[in-house]
Amino acid sequence: MNFLKQDKTYASVLMALAAVTLIIPFCNLITSADSPLHFSAYSVSLIGKYLCFALLGLSLDMVWGYAGILVLGQGAFFALGGYAMGMYLMRQIGTRGVYGNPELPDFMVFLNWSELPWYWYGFENFGFAMLMVFLAPGILAFVFGWLAFRSRVTGVYLSIITQALTYALLLAFFRNEMGFGGNNGLTDFKDILGFNIQSEAVRSMMLLLTGSSLIGALLLCRWIVGSKLGRVVTAIRDQESRVRFLGYRVELFKLWVFVFAAMLAGLAGALYVPQVGIINPSEFSPLNSLEIVIWVAVGGRGTLYGAIIGAVLVNYAKTVLTGLMPDAWLFCLGGAFILVTLLLPDGIVGLLHRRIKPNLTLNASGEQPA
Amino acid sequence: MTTNHFENDLKTLPISEPVAGSLRRNGAVFKSLLPQTWATLWLMFFLAFCVNAAAQETADTLPQPLEQLRIGSMAEREQAIEQLGEDGRNLKLLQALQDGQLMDWKADSRLVIASESAKGYNLRDPFDGKAVLADVERDAVGKLNLTNKLRSVLRKAVGGLQLNADSADMRLEAVKAIAKDADDKALQMLRKRLEKERDAAVLAAIQEALWLQDINSDDKPARLAAIEALKNINNQSAYNRLRELAEPDAVADPEVAAQAKAAVKKIESRLQNYAAIETVFFGLSLGAVLVLASIGLAITFGVMGVINMAHGELMMLGAYTTYVMQQLLPNYLGTALILSIPMAFLVAALVGVAIERGIIRFLYGRPLETLLATFGVSLFLQQSVRSIFSPLNRSVSTPDWMSGSWQINDFLSLTWNRFYILVFCLLVFTALLQILKRTKLGLEVRAVAQNRGMAKAMGIPTARVDAMTFGLGSGIAGVAGVALSQITNVGPNLGQAYIVDSFMVVVFGGVGNLFGTLVAGFSLGIANKFLEPYAGAVLAKILVLVFIILFIQKKPRGLFPQKGRAADG
Repeated sequence: MNFLKQDKTYASVLMALAAVTLIIPFCNLITSADSPLHFSAYSVSLIGKYLCFALLGLSLDMVWGYAGILVLGQGAFFALGGYAMGMYLMRQIGTRGVYGNPELPDFMVFLNWSELPWYWYGFENFGFAMLMVFLAPGILAFVFGWLAFRSRVTGVYLSIITQALTYALLLAFFRNEMGFGGNNGLTDFKDILGFNIQSEAVRSMMLLLTGSSLIGALLLCRWIVGSKLGRVVTAIRDQESRVRFLGYRVELFKLWVFVFAAMLAGLAGALYVPQVGIINPSEFSPLNSLEIVIWVAVGGRGTLYGAIIGAVLVNYAKTVLTGLMPDAWLFCLGGAFILVTLLLPDGIVGLLHRRIKPNLTLNASGEQPA
Repeated sequence: MTTNHFENDLKTLPISEPVAGSLRRNGAVFKSLLPQTWATLWLMFFLAFCVNAAAQETADTLPQPLEQLRIGSMAEREQAIEQLGEDGRNLKLLQALQDGQLMDWKADSRLVIASESAKGYNLRDPFDGKAVLADVERDAVGKLNLTNKLRSVLRKAVGGLQLNADSADMRLEAVKAIAKDADDKALQMLRKRLEKERDAAVLAAIQEALWLQDINSDDKPARLAAIEALKNINNQSAYNRLRELAEPDAVADPEVAAQAKAAVKKIESRLQNYAAIETVFFGLSLGAVLVLASIGLAITFGVMGVINMAHGELMMLGAYTTYVMQQLLPNYLGTALILSIPMAFLVAALVGVAIERGIIRFLYGRPLETLLATFGVSLFLQQSVRSIFSPLNRSVSTPDWMSGSWQINDFLSLTWNRFYILVFCLLVFTALLQILKRTKLGLEVRAVAQNRGMAKAMGIPTARVDAMTFGLGSGIAGVAGVALSQITNVGPNLGQAYIVDSFMVVVFGGVGNLFGTLVAGFSLGIANKFLEPYAGAVLAKILVLVFIILFIQKKPRGLFPQKGRAADG
């Protein structure tokens, strides 16, 4: 834990996360609903949502900030994790659906399906569903990355085909024949592990769980980045061919980071779905994936905690702005893209560091491979 | 007929007026009559009577069919139509009846041709169709009801009259109308016309109609000849008849059945070819859209290496320019559309130059940052359009000459707007190629693309060339937007729908290669349309996307990779 002493921002971000994660659920559990210390169900879910996005941003920062792979389809892995969780929650509804079918979710009954498709098997089991939360995005990332990195698809080409990937998945999940609820997605969940998903206790627990996952993931990522593996990955970002000439199997390192980040995104999706109560194909839309990129860019890429700060700040701004003047949100988001890339290449974290230590150079400000 | 009818008869007879007049005159004469003039008087009476009788007779011959038509029973009406159909001068009247314009003028108890007017109906004389009788309220006239049988009789009557018309087009129409439900009488008419007819198209149509009849005739050689002839003709009803004949047990004669089967097979193989042609055409038109959408990108991305995520929004600006032009010239939609091509080019090019000068030039050599910044621009443009024009789709009209379809034969028709877009795409492509090959700007663009440093050393103002190139690429996106406005909804999301596709086309074709973009666009379009019948539209699109993703893994530089030093830049 030496890095905590070296970089004070790490320490403060971790402290803030821990505070949010512990205090809010604690307050909610011991106080009554009318106490001033009590957080409404809405704000608990909202904060939980922000933390999920922070975890998603963190996953993108691993792959973009440290391995230099700009993935424009990170949202696809998030959505896949979310769908895995959603499928578990769907199976938990049982006979309480509109049609009361013990086996089939409502939308399948509605589409006149007679039996559960094979890929829904096992999702009534929580452990299996959790495994799929990591496996589904992981396997997709593995296959995609294995093909792409082996044939040395890099830079903008890779970015564009990751965008095509999420776009293809968007189109696919919109189809009713896919068996994932089509347009409407999966929703109307009742309970998770036997507890009512709407109850305050479960909401608080979800927040606690999300916060601790985020803290755990941040520490894990920091450990990976500081390890020898992480240093090779950073070296690949800065000079891919040189690392290859040194004898490293560049594609395997990239693949490893890519799959790891995809699984992290899947976890974020799985934590997200119970808190918002719905998962639908719009999570696959290319715009969503681009928004993740802007969180990381605003926060400052290649710093890990920058992604968390960026994700929370941008999403908070989104909540406020879409509430106050819906028209202004896209102007602000567009403006953020332009201003950050032109004026703040190191994001908010870079700005902070420049003020504190003017001559500190961040990894991200180094030479970028094309 | 009731008495009432009879009275009505008298009222409408124009001849009854001289009769009444002569009686009045006779009465005046009567008072100052001298006995010796009785003979004269009798004579006059006699004459008057004769005139009256003659008038009565004319009244019977000419308007009587009209009266039968107006108030007669269905059988009488049929008779009336047939009677009217014998005189060529009644063509207008019968056509008016066919179009539902022939009406019963209640106040005057007569048939008139009524056309819509501000007040209700404008009534004209049924025979010459010109002399205006009155302008009346809607309920002053009653419509004539026709049964299906009457309609068919009417069609034949009109057809029979038109069959001898001077205009070949009209005769062709007539043949088609008659052939629809041909009976002996109609066939007789057609046969008669066949002898006189000179026009090739009309001849062929008559021949077809006769063959269609012969197919069911008892005369075996005629029947076989008809089948033989019909199998080479693209005619929906011929195909239907032949298919009926080819059904098992439809005909007793095995020879006829075998030949009918062979004929159906031949037509079906031709149908398959037509279906293939149609698919290729749809594919080409989809490809044309893809090429149009990606060709500007091929310049900015391919030649300059700039990832412009706002490309789709530049197309959107082009489409909105079309909308604005049509709002400005609401009465000249076609002209507005033509004028919007240069206007859209200008608008998009100016915005493009502004983007290049304001943002992109600070980011050269950092493609990922360019991608993010231009994505910001795209959000900005989308929201601007949403705020200015509303988030709803705007409707852009299609001028008449672009709507409808080109009916090649019964089985093959191509829609005009798709056809025009295909032509337009090729024109734009050629123009762009010429600009790049033959103009000074084109030379400079290529020089900068190949070796920026060397070009600068040779005195080429690279900064200006960059701005102009980006402007050119953007302008072409605007022009593509004009074309898109004719086939899709014009809304703030127009650009987003095409951005992934157009990147795919450019990358698939090979970055920096305009011909690659053309080939890639058309082949993806055709592949998409060929997959659609088997997989459905969405799945076809997914399959094409997956194919491209896999293809790029195999050949990261696309179909036609750039060679030489420029490829490393």
